[in-house]
Amino acid sequence: MLKVSIYRYNPEIDSEPHMKDYQVDTGGKDLMVLDVLSLIKEQDPTLSYRRSCREGVCGSDGMNINGKNGLACVTAISDVVKGNKPLVVRPLPGLPVIRDLVVDLTLFYQQYEKIKPYLINDTPAPAIERLQSPEERDKLDGLYECILCACCSTACPSFWWNPDKFVGPSGLLQAYRFLIDSRDTATSERLADLNDPFSLFRCRGIMNCVDVCPKGLNPTKAIGHIRKMLLQQGV
Amino acid sequence: MVTVTNLSRSGMSDWIIQRFTAVLLAVYVVVIASYFFCASEASYETWKEFMSCLPLKIFTLLAVISIAAHAWIGLWTIATDYIKPLLIRAIYLIACGVATFVYVIWAFQILWSV
Repeated sequence: MLKVSIYRYNPEIDSEPHMKDYQVDTGGKDLMVLDVLSLIKEQDPTLSYRRSCREGVCGSDGMNINGKNGLACVTAISDVVKGNKPLVVRPLPGLPVIRDLVVDLTLFYQQYEKIKPYLINDTPAPAIERLQSPEERDKLDGLYECILCACCSTACPSFWWNPDKFVGPSGLLQAYRFLIDSRDTATSERLADLNDPFSLFRCRGIMNCVDVCPKGLNPTKAIGHIRKMLLQQGV
Repeated sequence: MVTVTNLSRSGMSDWIIQRFTAVLLAVYVVVIASYFFCASEASYETWKEFMSCLPLKIFTLLAVISIAAHAWIGLWTIATDYIKPLLIRAIYLIACGVATFVYVIWAFQILWSV
């Protein structure tokens, strides 16, 4: 039997959040955390959490598992539970909780929207498509894979303190993805939008984002590249 | 986007100022530490003689100004991270600004009295 402790909060009936304990029969298998949550939901249908693809592609089930943000669907119990310790599941930190493990991601998406996550190109469109050389396409590797699960931004203290002003690691990784794209022509405007003391420069380089990213991406490196582009533009 | 009263109103400039002042302060620490390691005798007279040469006075003043700029950016960052009520933040920043200014003037006065 696996001991599981889950953050529970239903604002309609609870005055404050609390941790609720469950016992789950895993049948001796090394299940994913999402499977454990499904088994708990059979015991207690009031438990709420987001999930969709259950294979680390949609980014819906980002949560805090034994103190570290991650996707429940691709986190095995054996990766996070050592010995007889319980599995502790909490919502992503720093964002308002809607219910149980479901957080309000509005601030996260507003920051994403701010970086204009689409190609801007005012030159006349070619007949078929805008071509890229294999080398130019290679520059997008390690950037385009982001699934916006919010694990990184909600692990970042700078984002906790200023979620309305600091774009956060996820948004900045995406910002660099468009800055480095050979088909995008709005580089100067994009850089100018990031050159205030908050949007980019609140990053203190502590690399919590790199530590938690379930896709193994490196937002700190992308932030460093943007800083270098700003430096080259400014000097 | 949002800009309040940081040092230069540009994130990049503040970032460069913080790095530049940090390097300058590191060099200053090495110079002063070297003096203590190399000086045959550390007395008030030798210290006064060392500090009264003009290049070192200028370097010290530069170091003081660097501390002030570096500290102001850091203190402003701390205030905007952790102090959310505007009135308390304003009082804290004014106190930090006044203290920094006083230290700079005081250091200036000490240096030129040597």
